[in-house]
Amino acid sequence: MIRFITAVGHSTLQLLTSLGRASLLLLAMLRGLPSVLKRPRLLIDQMHSVGVLTISIVSISGLFVGMVLALQSHHILSRFGADSALGLMVAAALIRELGPVLSALLFTGRAGSALTAEIGLMKATEQLSSLEMMAVNPKYHILAPRFLASFLSVPLLAALFSSLGVLGGWLVGGVILGVDEAAFWGGMQGGIDLRNDLINGVIKSITFGFVCAWIAIYQGYDCVPTSEGVSRATTRTVVQTSMAVLGLDFILTALMFNH
Amino acid sequence: MVKNRLIETGVGLFVLIGFGALLFLAIQVSGLGEFYQDESFKVTARFDNIGGLKTNAPVTIAGVEVGRVQDIHYDPEEFRAVATLNIQNRYHGHIPDDTFAKILTAGLLGEKYIGLQPGGSEDPLTQGGEITITQSSLVLEEIIGQFLFSKSQEPLP
Amino acid sequence: MDQLRQNSLVRIRNLHFSHGDRVIFDGIDMDIPHGQITAIMGPSGTGKTTLLKLIAGQLVPDIGTIEVDGHDIQRLPTSQLYKLRMRMGMLFQSGALLTDLDVFDNVAFPLREHTRLNNAMIRKLVLLKLEAVGLRGARHLMPAELSGGMARRVALARAIALDPMMMMYDEPFSGQDPISMGVLVQLIRQLNRAAHISSILVSHDIHETLQIADYIYMIDGGKIISQGAPQSLQTQQDAWTDQFIQGRPDGPVAFHYAAPPLADDLLESAP
Ligand SMILES: Nc1ncnc2c1ncn2[C@@H]1O[C@H](COP(=O)(O)OP(=O)(O)O)[C@@H](O)[C@H]1O
Ligand SMILES: [Mg+2]
Repeated sequence: MIRFITAVGHSTLQLLTSLGRASLLLLAMLRGLPSVLKRPRLLIDQMHSVGVLTISIVSISGLFVGMVLALQSHHILSRFGADSALGLMVAAALIRELGPVLSALLFTGRAGSALTAEIGLMKATEQLSSLEMMAVNPKYHILAPRFLASFLSVPLLAALFSSLGVLGGWLVGGVILGVDEAAFWGGMQGGIDLRNDLINGVIKSITFGFVCAWIAIYQGYDCVPTSEGVSRATTRTVVQTSMAVLGLDFILTALMFNH
Repeated sequence: MVKNRLIETGVGLFVLIGFGALLFLAIQVSGLGEFYQDESFKVTARFDNIGGLKTNAPVTIAGVEVGRVQDIHYDPEEFRAVATLNIQNRYHGHIPDDTFAKILTAGLLGEKYIGLQPGGSEDPLTQGGEITITQSSLVLEEIIGQFLFSKSQEPLP
Repeated sequence: MDQLRQNSLVRIRNLHFSHGDRVIFDGIDMDIPHGQITAIMGPSGTGKTTLLKLIAGQLVPDIGTIEVDGHDIQRLPTSQLYKLRMRMGMLFQSGALLTDLDVFDNVAFPLREHTRLNNAMIRKLVLLKLEAVGLRGARHLMPAELSGGMARRVALARAIALDPMMMMYDEPFSGQDPISMGVLVQLIRQLNRAAHISSILVSHDIHETLQIADYIYMIDGGKIISQGAPQSLQTQQDAWTDQFIQGRPDGPVAFHYAAPPLADDLLESAP
């Protein structure tokens, strides 16, 4: 029993210290943002490797998720003669939930894990140390541009995901299943509200972008600098980001859509 | 240098596509584009109960969409709800001023919308006009309540 | 000797340092004079790399002071520390080249970060530094395409790009074939004699170190075991130094990690 309590205390302390280290790292990166803006080249390169290279997986997933949503919803809605709500149903699910959440999860799998591995390897091969020796702060030069690029990419990717999802839904619902197109788009436009749905969805994906970037970079920077340490850190990034995104999604949904 | 150019182009495209997608969501999905002021005119309609009608809901005549609900608010002097309807300009002058506005439901559980039924007047509705004959939304609870009440009034068989 | 101490570029006094519970340094005094090659030798894992990181201010001592060029490293505000580091070069054990930049850009990196030279000037300087390490022709290669010895020479060119007053070499010879080893020995000597760069050389390659060092510190178990000029160390009667220099498996430095007697272990059934 005593041992159990000790174990709980030990892991609580560990959690708190790593939260503290992560917060300090975040502050350092935020302080580094002005220097990133002074050198847009660093940001552009990172936007390419975290954003551009994630476009294809996000687009394809968005399209298919929208198509499946339309198939499933049509199946149920047509039983109540509520076909005309198909567009609204697909769009609401995508814009409020699936777009922000799934694109954040895909981003972590594709780019977040790669970021952790890259930074961890730079630490293991003493590249970060060598930057410090050359009087260049790696938090400003390496971490801050990656943070900003991830933070900016996730909302754009989420918008892309939702848009292609809506198009996929229209492809299946409107073109293949023959739902009336005017009803499809009209119902969508009538039911989706710019502020309550779209802007709230964007706020969600901005929050997720922040979390994805922070966890991936912290895990890379804090990892044990060996090949085993890097691979563990990569796994931790995916697990922790997924948990954080899903948990935050619940909280944000409760705050936003409870009227 | 060629590689740099490629990367820059890729990032530029990414940002454009991302913002394009946002714009698409705002205009085509949430129906922002329907609000262009110069392409529509406004009329108001007062209802005892709007029962779940939302802004941006369609306004139809004979089942064809002619406009959208732009705004709904409560008038504390009359104790009624006031809906502002945005009607497309091409119908300006073609809707009689004794038109009848009903709040309807698409399907059994679907979205609420406003159906207009033109009357026989010679004078048309114009910008800022008001629809005076309205029928409120059917509120399911009230109908069931009335039904139960009338049942309980009936003498037992 | 006092004269020398007055003159030292790096002055370490009563240095104590631990990684967690593991004590790495347990009271060390050291002086690195201007313009010479000072070698630090000792078995792997004694903390030689750690010592270089302490001198560079990347790690902070638990007790004791480290002064570089008259500045107390711990007291220096970050911006000043960074200014001082621009005058120190470090050659990492692994080379530590930036893997996403090619050879040219790696060497140009410190120049682009810290000077306002135009591209033409930077190109000239980089080519000169690469010429000095014999790799001007390899400027378009990526770090992954270089052999270990070439990577270390590129890293050396990068470390001297800003013409530092002092260089720290972390095991520059380990894992090198005899030819690249000879090339590196040559380069380190040249940089010291011709460019007057004070050097700290961490190594456990006896032969090469004795060849180029002006003064040698031997550390083990967190303490300085012996020190002196190469000739005096070679004739030293101290058993530890003798074992290390001759490379004998038996002596004060145990070949075996601390363990119970073998017979006990073999008879025991528990792990
Ligand atoms: N970050 C660290 N955390 C804990 N222990 C470390 C760390 N870095 C090095 N050590 C330990 O400190 C000792 C000295 O390391 P190092 O200075 O690299 O030795 P050397 O360069 O002499 O081979 C080693 O035993 C190593 O395990
Ligand atoms: Mg070492």
